[in-house]
Amino acid sequence: MAVSADRDTQVASENLREIWETPDALSRLLSTVDHKYIGLRYVVTAFLFFVLAGINALLMRVQLMSANNTFADPQIYNQWFTLHGTLMIFFFATPMLFGFGNYFVPLMVGARDMAFPRLNAFGYWVFLFAGLFMYASMIFNVAPDGGWFAYVPLTSKIYSPTPNLDFWLLGLMFLGISTTAGAINFIVTIFKMRVPGLSLNRMPLFVWTILVTSLVVLFAVPALTTANILLFLERTFGFHFFDSEGGSPLLWQHLFWFFGHPDVYIIFLPAAGIVSEIIQVFSRRRVVGYTLLAMSAILTGVVAFGVWVHHMFAVGISPLVNSLFGAASLMIAVPAGIQVFSWLATLVLGKPRFKLPLMWIMGFILTFVIGGLTGVMFPAVSFDRQVTDTYFVVAHFHYVLVGGMVFPMFGAMYYWLPKMTGRMLNKGLGYWHFWLFFLGVNGVFFPMHILGINGMPRRVYTYATDMGWEPLNLFITVSAFVIALSVILFIVNIFYSLWAGKQAGDDPWGGATLEWATSSPPPPYNFEQMLAVASRVPVWDEEIHEADSSRVANINVHDADLDINHIEKELIAQRDPSDVYKLETIGTTLITAEADAIYHMADSSTLPLLLSLALLLLFTAALFHQWLLAAIAIVISIFFIALWLWPEETREEAREETA
Amino acid sequence: MRSKLHRFIMLFLILAVSGCTASHSTLNPASSSAGKVANLSWLLFGIAAMTFTVVTLILAYVIFRNRNDRLHTISEDVNSPETPEQAAENEKRALRVVMVAGGLVPAVVLAMLMALAIVIEQGSAIASASSDTLTIQVIGHQWWWEVHYPDQGINSANEIHIPAGEPVIFRLTSDDVIHSFWIPQLGGKLDLIPGQTNTIQLQADEPGIYRGQCAEFCGLQHANMAFFVIASERDDFETWVNTQEQPAQEPEISSIEAGRQVFMGSACVYCHRIEGTNATGVIGPDLTHLASRATIGAGVLPNTRGNLAAWITNAQAIKPGNRMPPMQLDPDQLQTLLDYLETLQ
Repeated sequence: MAVSADRDTQVASENLREIWETPDALSRLLSTVDHKYIGLRYVVTAFLFFVLAGINALLMRVQLMSANNTFADPQIYNQWFTLHGTLMIFFFATPMLFGFGNYFVPLMVGARDMAFPRLNAFGYWVFLFAGLFMYASMIFNVAPDGGWFAYVPLTSKIYSPTPNLDFWLLGLMFLGISTTAGAINFIVTIFKMRVPGLSLNRMPLFVWTILVTSLVVLFAVPALTTANILLFLERTFGFHFFDSEGGSPLLWQHLFWFFGHPDVYIIFLPAAGIVSEIIQVFSRRRVVGYTLLAMSAILTGVVAFGVWVHHMFAVGISPLVNSLFGAASLMIAVPAGIQVFSWLATLVLGKPRFKLPLMWIMGFILTFVIGGLTGVMFPAVSFDRQVTDTYFVVAHFHYVLVGGMVFPMFGAMYYWLPKMTGRMLNKGLGYWHFWLFFLGVNGVFFPMHILGINGMPRRVYTYATDMGWEPLNLFITVSAFVIALSVILFIVNIFYSLWAGKQAGDDPWGGATLEWATSSPPPPYNFEQMLAVASRVPVWDEEIHEADSSRVANINVHDADLDINHIEKELIAQRDPSDVYKLETIGTTLITAEADAIYHMADSSTLPLLLSLALLLLFTAALFHQWLLAAIAIVISIFFIALWLWPEETREEAREETA
Repeated sequence: MRSKLHRFIMLFLILAVSGCTASHSTLNPASSSAGKVANLSWLLFGIAAMTFTVVTLILAYVIFRNRNDRLHTISEDVNSPETPEQAAENEKRALRVVMVAGGLVPAVVLAMLMALAIVIEQGSAIASASSDTLTIQVIGHQWWWEVHYPDQGINSANEIHIPAGEPVIFRLTSDDVIHSFWIPQLGGKLDLIPGQTNTIQLQADEPGIYRGQCAEFCGLQHANMAFFVIASERDDFETWVNTQEQPAQEPEISSIEAGRQVFMGSACVYCHRIEGTNATGVIGPDLTHLASRATIGAGVLPNTRGNLAAWITNAQAIKPGNRMPPMQLDPDQLQTLLDYLETLQ
């Protein structure tokens, strides 16, 4: 019996591989829709932008290391800091977290792929091309130079006549397509493709935070895209949306920050999900306050939309309105505090193992708490009006973003790369990486609080000797190179470990969630059997109910221990036997995750790549005001969309034809 | 007599500007409202330090306890020996701690801080200003500050004289992009936005020189857009007003008249204004009393003859991107021009 079951399993996995894998390396490169390849590509590409944006930061630090330095002229310096912020926020932080989401959400919910695999591939290509589009401006020395929030009228045609800002506007419009497509894909995957039994209240917290983030993206990104379209029209055709003759410069700020503040949580929330996962696994205890953590994520996502004016306390809005937005901003502190204390309680009540992933999370707690504590100071409007637009703010948001996103990201690298590559990262290099990064980050950003208090405005390319800002700036520059060294060690570690790292095995850390229930790296079909779970920590509880493999090859939700609902039985009964070897996965109900459908998944295709190339042509044409070329690009895009959406033969039609 | 006093003040100003006496720190307040904000800052820093200490102690406890425990297997660790009832009870207790420490305590503390902050903010709002309160209009330009005293008819740039110990109302707007008006020792910043006038009331309690700087990124020379507020006793302030109200002095000697002709005959007049002459440009700063000001180029250089010469010859080398083109003058012309400019007290 056991032998025959093994044989069945082997046959099943061979069948699965044949169905799900794109075997040829070149066609895989251009056409794969496997969420794992796409996720890994997101992570690698986003990391590349992290390095590029980091180099910009180092150049800025060289300029600021001494007073009256002439290393950079203001023109190039303004490009450096604008591109640093833009790349870090838009092309590193969000895509990096979307990359981890892409790789791990389907695994954590036990699905075979994302809900819309081709849309997923499309999202990556658009991100890559938008990033190259944006960075090309640096190479041609016309990089955006209006700051990452591009305040009008400085960015209007009169004061920025060169195409620098057009790169920025079009690049972000282009990227918005990718972010939006990704968010929709996550929402549908999470809502409809969890394995049977993985009800909403059992979903891993990382999946929860990706869900909330995706919803925030859907409501926030349109404000940015709208603002960008309006400013592009104003710059190109002379509309008056934001100038003071008929428009309003403050309209830009409202639109931008209506996106911009939620964007902070778009970056922080998935990272908080990573923190919950790592703390749970390395504390060897179910996370304390699962429900509180999920609720905190939702509450943060909602309140995020009611606080944007706290970026605008100095624009002359009435004190009453300022105070109301200040009070709303403080509300964020409550879910943030609950999250931090849930994590602390888990560590206290658990039996923590201080391995590298958890060390990064400890580093996260310390730095993020500092960022949070300065964060709750800004709602005090009079305090804000002293320190806003100074290095105090620079210190604050780097503590929040580096603490809140980069530390968890490196934790996730040490935690999940073994799953993605099958190799462990080197521990010795890992410790050096961690300690140098931790010291470097605090060495760079803590003194910036003091500089801000001492009156150093942000975005100045130079300062006079007699301001007394020089010693701290020199110290910061040295610390910045410590960060750079630590990141170099990390890159060395990756290459070294890929070449000579220890084999990871399926589950090197004693993981709790489903990604640890498959091999490292996972096979193209993720899991041999469709699983069913009855726990928040299924691997720990060994409550993954492996299905009866003899029934069908690539899909089976049957399990003797679980009471299969009748819809599921019906679905299986109705299936045409010839469908067994199709790309299929099971759909489940939104809340309780009972099977209610069988989804036919899209096959690999080069259309996502072709469509994104057509869009790249469109945005490039718009950059050079080549409207005829733009029209052609639109026609080509529509052609590819039509090909993409062309209805395939339905099963019934196919049957009739063969009959 | 007056000019001697003036020289003394000028010398003091130049020393102050080129030396290190002009503080730019928010924690070194020179007005009672900025003082309240400084005190609030210290309170916020104190609470933050306490909270950070608590979190650090918890992490330290987590790290250093049970260091010598033997390692358990995963199933030993995750399957606790507690009964389900005990486990549920423990979980409940943990949740209570989390809700109180992470939710309730911050909510209460922050609500109290918010109330305090609102009270302070209200206090700094514009009091029912009497009609004789000094009103100063400040217009932001890329990258300098135009200063008007509408009631006194004074036009100046990059230097604001106020009487100490009295509230002063500033009406702020911009001629081009958004700038931000900030004198750290006197209080919080407020933006200068084209098409809109923002009003702020500030006061310097004691006579002194307070440095201000643009705080909103405004393009190439955002870094070099400073100004100085000179607060003096009421009498000294009146003296200054009386001087500034005068048009430019008529040259009394021919060499200075020659310098004036250099000015009037060159491109200077398209951008600069000198009250009482044909120079009526409004693109650059008003130069009627240029020589009375402590700095040139919006706080970039002390106003000395040498610096002025360098600025006129090639301002782009000093402040790249600013609107002042290099002036082609032969050395004699330059010297007579400088002679003339130095008379514009």
